[in-house]
Amino acid sequence: MTLANEYAWPDDQGRFGPYGGRFVSETLMPAIQELDAAYAAARADPAFQAELDGFLEHYVGRASPLYFAERLTEHFGGARIWLKREDLNHTGAHKINNCMGQILLARRMGKTRIIAETGAGQHGVASATVCARFGLPCTVYMGAVDVERQQPNVFRMKLLGAEVFPVTAGAATLKDAMNEAMRDWVTNVADTYYIIGTAAGPAPYPAMVRDFQSVIGHEIRRQAEAQIGHLPNAVVACIGGGSNAIGAFHPFIGDEGVRLIGVEAAGYGLDTPDHAASLKGGRPGVLHGNRTYLLQDDDGQILEGHSISAGLDYPGIGPEHAWLHDIGRAEYRSTTDQEALDAFQVCSKLEGIIPALEPSHALARAGEIAREVGQDGDIVVLMSGRGDKDIFTVARHLGVEL
Amino acid sequence: MTTARIDARFAKLKAEGRAGFVTYVMAGDPSRDEALEILRGLPAAGADFIELGFPFSDPMAEGPPIQKAALRGLKAGLTLKGTLALATDFRAVDADTPLILMGYLNPIETMGYPAFAAQCAESGVDGLIVVDCPPEEAGPLTDALDAHHIALIRLATPTTDDQRLKVVAERTSGFVYYVSVAGVTGVKEADAASVAPAVVRVRAASGLPVAVGFGIKTAARAGEVARVADAVVVGSALVEEVDQALSENRSAVSAVLDKVGELAGAVRRARLALESEER
Repeated sequence: MTLANEYAWPDDQGRFGPYGGRFVSETLMPAIQELDAAYAAARADPAFQAELDGFLEHYVGRASPLYFAERLTEHFGGARIWLKREDLNHTGAHKINNCMGQILLARRMGKTRIIAETGAGQHGVASATVCARFGLPCTVYMGAVDVERQQPNVFRMKLLGAEVFPVTAGAATLKDAMNEAMRDWVTNVADTYYIIGTAAGPAPYPAMVRDFQSVIGHEIRRQAEAQIGHLPNAVVACIGGGSNAIGAFHPFIGDEGVRLIGVEAAGYGLDTPDHAASLKGGRPGVLHGNRTYLLQDDDGQILEGHSISAGLDYPGIGPEHAWLHDIGRAEYRSTTDQEALDAFQVCSKLEGIIPALEPSHALARAGEIAREVGQDGDIVVLMSGRGDKDIFTVARHLGVEL
Repeated sequence: MTTARIDARFAKLKAEGRAGFVTYVMAGDPSRDEALEILRGLPAAGADFIELGFPFSDPMAEGPPIQKAALRGLKAGLTLKGTLALATDFRAVDADTPLILMGYLNPIETMGYPAFAAQCAESGVDGLIVVDCPPEEAGPLTDALDAHHIALIRLATPTTDDQRLKVVAERTSGFVYYVSVAGVTGVKEADAASVAPAVVRVRAASGLPVAVGFGIKTAARAGEVARVADAVVVGSALVEEVDQALSENRSAVSAVLDKVGELAGAVRRARLALESEER
């Protein structure tokens, strides 16, 4: 029996082993159950999938290419490196895959108002985009600190007609934005749909976001068979909450020959307090509706993550990654800010592709993984988003004034 | 399961023919010493039950007043262990007033359920309210608390229908906390007209007294709710007194206790007023 047949998570409580679940206030429980039922019905409805496929093809621009990175391959001197080009999607990242699925579900449920949280602004932009497309009002919660450091994305969201609400509570970054979005949801639960941007939160979000992002992994499978002739030896992706990674990994879980490698943000280093590596530097706990690995102190107070990448700067991780980590089906490594900056520049110069800082974390591990796999092998690295949004951050770190 | 102090207190209130007054304060707000002075002063000021919040970094169900109180509590260094020590210091001077801890699950997970339940019992804690632990996730925690006769108090809300209410009422004891507004603490005002039928419904489903909270800010509203509920909970309005006192350089202790006196008076008079109207 293959692992694919055995692996059937989550269970009916929304748990992946001990992780996941539904840790929300009682006011939200009926809404969570309504969402669960609505998503189950949509998933079983071929018309829903057909509608989603249509928008993914004609609006998002899928399938995204699987591109052979010849010069990176030469540079690293190991396995052939293929880039899965989610950066070429409409809005420039993988986030739109999930937003398109969830907005169609929200419409199906008759919800008339959308809320979302965002860190770097990519999920906020993707949410604002689908809301504009379908004419629904959109409120995006964003930490006030992030609003300051991601001005271009704030302006994009406003152009798209969204209201951007700066959150000043706590440390005023992504986790606080998520708290505030939960507060909005509990207050406006009857008419409001909350588009969570990563594969985390109360069930059914982790599995639902995974399913909507699994288009990535299914395409890699098809493209690898056509372009390489067999499945890749490894799939490598960066992890904040981990939605691009779980979308890429999930269709390969039953293929024991395919290594699945997630890369967390090590910030200034795992030996410092300033990183965002929940698996390598945290322990299990409960936050934002699910049980998972969290950065926290001895009293169970949540710590702020740090990463040069605002998209990885989150103190938790999706519960399915926690489970894949524990059962050993996926491997998890980490990349420091400096390593990510170096990879950002190497990829830009060798391939003519400016990656976002998030996938730069995955790229930074590509060399060692390519060498481990060897020259006869093939590895796929998730290019989860493009780097235009990060040029100001990178310039500052390189001491360049724009 | 019996929860001696809580059950005894509701029996006493029934004999007196009035609703109880539940005060919520945050551990360590604005400092450990002042929080202890507030706690010790609450029963004399008119509190029939005390809810003691333990601070959490990410209080998702709270509005701004309790968020700020949690930050002050954390700044004062009040961990969950520190909160339990505060409870012990309160219990040393008051043997009868039910004490209920309220907060979020993660600090309890960190301590471990059995250790937490044992320490609650040692500290004289009678009940626990965990905002982000619905019945579906509460099994292991309930087991641990049951072993020490500590009540896990469940929440019912305006979104809780009859079917859901059955789930909420399972394995609960002490009383049921009816959250009278869909929203966070201390923002929307409770709609008094919708509270009465909800209380009747929750009481019937659970067979337990019903305390009503969220959105009760004024003596007038506390009085209205006290006519129909078994107990009235006020939290944000009390921690706002702390905030206000700090900004005006006044004593937070007397600000909170004065407010408790005012609200308790309204709760105590409510049924009498109702009876005289009916006559």
